[in-house]
Amino acid sequence: MSKPEPRVGLFVTCLVDLFRPSVGFAAVKLLEAAGCRVEVPELQTCCGQPAYNSGDKADTRAIALQVIEAFRDFDYVVAPSGSCAAMIKKHYPELFEKEPEQLAKAEELSARTFELISFLTDVMQLSDVEAAFPQTVTYHDSCSGLRELGVRDQPRKLLSSVNALSLVELSDADICCGFGGTFCVKYPDISNIMVTSKTGSIESTGAQTLLAGDLGCLMNMAGKLQRSGSDIQVRHVAEVLADMTDTPAIGAAEGDTRNGGN
Amino acid sequence: MQSRSHSFKENAREAIADPNIQAAMAKMKVGFTGKRLAAAARLPEFEALRDAARDIKNHSLANLDFYLERYEAKVLETGGQVHWAPTAADARKAILDICERAGAKTVTKGKSMISEEIALNDHLEEAGMTVVETDLGEYIIQLRKEPPSHIIAPAVHVSKEQVEADFRAQHQHLPAERSLSEPTDLVNEARQILRQRYLDADVGITGANFLIAETGTSIIVTNEGNGDLTQSLPKIHIVIASIEKVVPNLEDASTILRVLARSATGQEFSAYTTLSTGPRRAEDPDGPEEYHVILLDNGRSSMLGSEFQDMLRCIRCGACMNHCPVYHAVGGHSYGWVYPGPMGAVLTPNLIGVEEAGHLPNASTFCGRCESVCPVRIPLPKMMRHWREREFERHLTPKSVRHGLGVWAFMARRPALYHRLTGLGIRALAALGRRRGRFTSLPLAGGWTKYRDLPAPQGKTFQQLWAEKQKNGRAAK
Amino acid sequence: MTTAREQILGAVKQSLKKNNPSGDRPDELAQRLSDPKANLIPERSRLPHPAQVDLMESMLIELSATVKRISSLDEVPDEVVTYLKTRNLPQEVRLAPSKELQALAWDDQSLLKVSCGPAREPDQVSVTGAFAAVAETGTLMLHSGPEGPTTLNFLPENHIVVLRSSQVVGAYEEGWARLRKAFGNGTMPRTLNMISGPSRTGDIEQKIELGAHGPRRLHVIIVEDGHAETGDSAG
Ligand code: SF4
Repeated sequence: MSKPEPRVGLFVTCLVDLFRPSVGFAAVKLLEAAGCRVEVPELQTCCGQPAYNSGDKADTRAIALQVIEAFRDFDYVVAPSGSCAAMIKKHYPELFEKEPEQLAKAEELSARTFELISFLTDVMQLSDVEAAFPQTVTYHDSCSGLRELGVRDQPRKLLSSVNALSLVELSDADICCGFGGTFCVKYPDISNIMVTSKTGSIESTGAQTLLAGDLGCLMNMAGKLQRSGSDIQVRHVAEVLADMTDTPAIGAAEGDTRNGGN
Repeated sequence: MQSRSHSFKENAREAIADPNIQAAMAKMKVGFTGKRLAAAARLPEFEALRDAARDIKNHSLANLDFYLERYEAKVLETGGQVHWAPTAADARKAILDICERAGAKTVTKGKSMISEEIALNDHLEEAGMTVVETDLGEYIIQLRKEPPSHIIAPAVHVSKEQVEADFRAQHQHLPAERSLSEPTDLVNEARQILRQRYLDADVGITGANFLIAETGTSIIVTNEGNGDLTQSLPKIHIVIASIEKVVPNLEDASTILRVLARSATGQEFSAYTTLSTGPRRAEDPDGPEEYHVILLDNGRSSMLGSEFQDMLRCIRCGACMNHCPVYHAVGGHSYGWVYPGPMGAVLTPNLIGVEEAGHLPNASTFCGRCESVCPVRIPLPKMMRHWREREFERHLTPKSVRHGLGVWAFMARRPALYHRLTGLGIRALAALGRRRGRFTSLPLAGGWTKYRDLPAPQGKTFQQLWAEKQKNGRAAK
Repeated sequence: MTTAREQILGAVKQSLKKNNPSGDRPDELAQRLSDPKANLIPERSRLPHPAQVDLMESMLIELSATVKRISSLDEVPDEVVTYLKTRNLPQEVRLAPSKELQALAWDDQSLLKVSCGPAREPDQVSVTGAFAAVAETGTLMLHSGPEGPTTLNFLPENHIVVLRSSQVVGAYEEGWARLRKAFGNGTMPRTLNMISGPSRTGDIEQKIELGAHGPRRLHVIIVEDGHAETGDSAG
């Protein structure tokens, strides 16, 4: 019994679009390997979190309507980010609580929207990937994915199928890294304490590479590790799962191919 | 209490530089959270009880007028007196009147956040009374002339060396060579000093964790037993409680009690849960002759029916701050007023105005850990966001932020323009940073690069690369 | 002029109208007060009565209380003397003026000084009865009244509680049922103390210390007197 290929709209997320397109391509590779047909609507920019979390509801709603429109025709909408997926899945409906017509559309989109890794395991029933990464890695659970979407076991499950990879757990895997979108620039001193505590425990794992599912958090932790002279590499979990680790790690210099495990 | 909430950022910077605070926070990060987790794991019904507790509070709030009236009637029936206080000033006046009528010289107090909220101690002291905090933590900060830094562990920021120094300075009648190096010594000394205070007191004041409409009862939950000595030795017992503390009956209180201590300290039940109803009966051998309840509104009635109503479910367990990474970084005093941490970030702007306390709901990453442990499931991040919305609507958001956001939103709403401009910008940025892979400083990104490097973008945007790929793909076909 | 009471209740009603069309009818609300129903009760205490007594004992020990089980009330004075001896405490107790406790053969204990009444400052050891005990969390229920001065539960450094095994119930709710039976619906004694272990504090560097203000030691003598009172056992 063969099911028709589901049509997946990739919600790239603004950070992946601007800073690390390779994560987007890793997502495409994983989705295609899992049997999806992937398209990338051009009408997307950002999920609207910067406006939403700054209290600007009018702009958030305008952006949300734009996303709802852009992804109208897909079976699923998938984002390589827990926080952007949660924004669409959990918060868009909240934006239209008093407008039944828009609310229905937001809820309909919500039902089709997933974070990448949990989509692969929970919807596409993927249980292993074809990849190798001969390193000790540790994993940080980004807050929105963990607490709003329940993404916790899924990445660990897929990572366990990566050849030669060994995972050491982070003692405070579930504690915020201090990124928080605009928080990290509005309250840099506090954010710094948080990320310092986080990178301290990352270093104490002895892992060579840090993985997570959200680019914002990854850039924050990578930036701190590098500032403090650590040579721990930082990557989006999708890159490892898609076996696409030949690009320099986040914030690593051109030509730094220490992670080119293949 | 004079608010210092507006200077949250400066307060935070001081706290970050204070090794005592940082050491205390490091300890609390693991202590409280681990204990709560163990307690929750031991009770299979814990999550269901949280739901039940939430529902009971919601029901009580939705019928608050009914339950308040029934509660009052019961208090009167059992010989107690009820004083309604719309504002903090009304509450202070009512309490002072009672104390003055009794000719009170010494007033002992059990721990009460409401008393901090209405700045009661100063008021009574100005009237010439001696006010003694009896909860050990409260006693310590009273000596230090500091506000509490945590709602259930008011002196959590103070080291034992600091306590020793305070005790030596204050308890001068005790032998100077006594040993005070261990917590045990300090606890014993406080016990001995406060003992006489209880016996001397003319009036004892406590807070209330719950008011029971069924019976006209007030409940306090403590571990030290100080609240009990405070309320059973003097002639007069005054309870100060805010109006949202009322619940229907003893069964409802029991359900909430099952999640309270477990969430707060990880205890199965606190050492002392005490239910007080009216003054001593004619045949009782001890207990207070008068029982007064001050019912404080001070802004609660206007939270009802607003987007902040859920906050009134709060049972002051402290779990949200015990689990908050921002609280762990800056300690309780940084929040600048009575209520710190996530619950304070929502409640404080309601009580003293968002103009004064606007930083509090903004200084959050919305990591959601608070909501995930709140025993009555208050959506704290959502309500912090409501404050940001109100600030934005009322143009209280800083101009620079508003402006930046405006430009960004303008672009984000125009995908074609957005992609063209970001494509150009990112390529320039990538060219600058490609070789090292990151920036150690960058104009306009000082907030970021002050403490960490900024990873350089890879080059083209995903959208550009995707479009190229699609084009090549088509050409190849 | 409106009173403060009218002002607050008026504001509450006004706010509730905005957003809380409570579906609860006044008679339903009144019933919640006149005929309270239990909410979810944890399974932990749903045990046969003897197992509830065992649970009570183990919870007390976990709470840093000490427990001695004896088979008859007559053994209480002996046990009190032994307890005081082993802790190096003076042989002097302040006894609750309860008929049951006063009727015991204290006079046979030549060493022991017994006086009766509310606690006074120098008293070091009190001996009281209890109203009930909740096995769920090892919680003793004591109430004020002619036979139970509240000060005895807090002022002395050592509190000895004589608990009959039939007073042990599973959950708090069963304690309320007994209380309503004793005092009538909606009626409470001036003070009801729910005591779970000795006094403690964590206020100095989060280190738990016993005996902050209330008793430093709590000793519970469980007297075997058959099974639970009928009607409200969790069984
Ligand atoms: S908001 Fe919730 S977690 Fe925080 S103190 Fe209140 S009840 Fe406890």
